[in-house]
Amino acid sequence: MSFLHRHPRLRLAALLSAPLLWLVVAYLGALAVLLVSAFWTVNGFTGEMVRTFSLANFRTILTEEVYRNVTLRSLGVAASVTAICVLLAVPMAFFMAKVARPRSRHWLVIAILTPLWASYLVKAYAWRVLLANGGPIESVFGATPGYGLFATILVLSYMWLPYMILPIYAGLERLPDSLLEASADLGARAGRTFRAVVLPILIPSVFAGSIFTFSLSLGDYIAVQIVGGKTQLIGNLVYANIGAANNLPFAAAIATVPVVIMVIYLVAVRRSGALEEL
Amino acid sequence: MTLSAPARWALRLFMAIGLTFIYVPLMLVLVNSFNGDRTFAWPPHDWTTRWWSAAWENDGARQALVTSVQAGLGATAIALVLGTMVAFAVQRFQFFGRDTVSLLIVLPIALPGIVTGIALDSAWRSVMGELGIGKGLFSVVVGHATFCVVTVYNNVLARLRRTGTNLEDASADLGASPLQTFRYVTFPLIRSALLAGGLLAFALSFDEIIVTTFTAGPGVTTLPIWIFNNLFRPNQAPVVNVVAAILIVLSVLPVWLAQRLAGPEAATRT
Repeated sequence: MSFLHRHPRLRLAALLSAPLLWLVVAYLGALAVLLVSAFWTVNGFTGEMVRTFSLANFRTILTEEVYRNVTLRSLGVAASVTAICVLLAVPMAFFMAKVARPRSRHWLVIAILTPLWASYLVKAYAWRVLLANGGPIESVFGATPGYGLFATILVLSYMWLPYMILPIYAGLERLPDSLLEASADLGARAGRTFRAVVLPILIPSVFAGSIFTFSLSLGDYIAVQIVGGKTQLIGNLVYANIGAANNLPFAAAIATVPVVIMVIYLVAVRRSGALEEL
Repeated sequence: MTLSAPARWALRLFMAIGLTFIYVPLMLVLVNSFNGDRTFAWPPHDWTTRWWSAAWENDGARQALVTSVQAGLGATAIALVLGTMVAFAVQRFQFFGRDTVSLLIVLPIALPGIVTGIALDSAWRSVMGELGIGKGLFSVVVGHATFCVVTVYNNVLARLRRTGTNLEDASADLGASPLQTFRYVTFPLIRSALLAGGLLAFALSFDEIIVTTFTAGPGVTTLPIWIFNNLFRPNQAPVVNVVAAILIVLSVLPVWLAQRLAGPEAATRT
């Protein structure tokens, strides 16, 4: 112990070795295997994997219209879900952090957190019941949107909403009230204060939340199966190819699409300081 | 900023609508678990507790619960160790590649679950399979631990940033050995952060379905997998509904625990 104490470099190495070994071997290693197998193919007759380099999978994905449509649809769903979550989360988080009394603030955080612990499937399932023909929505409003693309966007927004509220709330809570008062004292109206004082705090938090809402929506295939009707997203294609079609290389190739999208997204939001807000 | 009274009321109203939106579906599941009708006719016309007793006697659900708890405990234990180590390394040392390390930890939750799942699946098939280690509970724990590290890391890192090193320096100046300093000073300081991080890690593992689908060996059924397998079976609907209701009721527990033991801010970090 005292030997380690005198040698900070060794201490650092001791601290980092196990976690890095885990993440590099178990995670990056697995991602590497995935990337490599995306260039393999499957023999159409025998179903055996052919382990030779080929761009066939990517050619199919890039040229066939189905894949472009599904990619665009998934991007559209992820973007809509993120937009809806931002629209709902900003006023809610603002109320929680700046309007509610400190005592009720505490309870509001609990109220937002608790559903985060209720299982994903339970929530998707609840919406399946709500949206069903003859279900509660129909009996109250006289009509139900039913299962489909709209239901998918609705349910995903519902599920990821807390992931957006919490970082925004955490960001706003760090913004001292005195800054808002100072802005008002200097003659700024609410709109100006919002633009000049609140927004710079809000943006990294919104991006931090959007990493979750965007990524979780982009890869989802289960909510889609539960309330999406015939809708297909990227996740469903990956799942179908790894399961029923038993074409792991092609599934791997499709899976690189969300990876590329997310890496671009992460690089883009990184400058805003979003990654420190996670 | 000074908000006008109408603006305050508008925000209050919005918050109320938001909370209603969040809670109505969950309440519906609770109400439905007492709905006497097998297909959840709405509004319910007779009430029963028989689905609750049916769920209680369901072996599949019980077995799945046990598996979920095992996987959650395994993943949480690994995440606690690894996450704490990285948090100390990142907070206490300046080193080349520090940003890369923190990015690497975030990556498993920043990339869609299906990517993590299929990556682990293909790695397991083509590498571990060759070594004779098949998929089972172990592969589920490995998969879950990978994305659970971040919750412990975030919580411990935030705590270390806030506490600084003054107390540890004082402890060393007073002649405590590094081990004593860790035991009597550092560990008590980070204990509640470990608890909050560990709880979140457990919850994340308990709820995870996509990565589990791809990493579970034959015969390994976690609770989410069990729910999903039974979701589309009309006969099982009431039992699935009760399991869902139980999970909603139980979800209050960890939040309450985290609040009691770690303070309100600890639980907000993912």
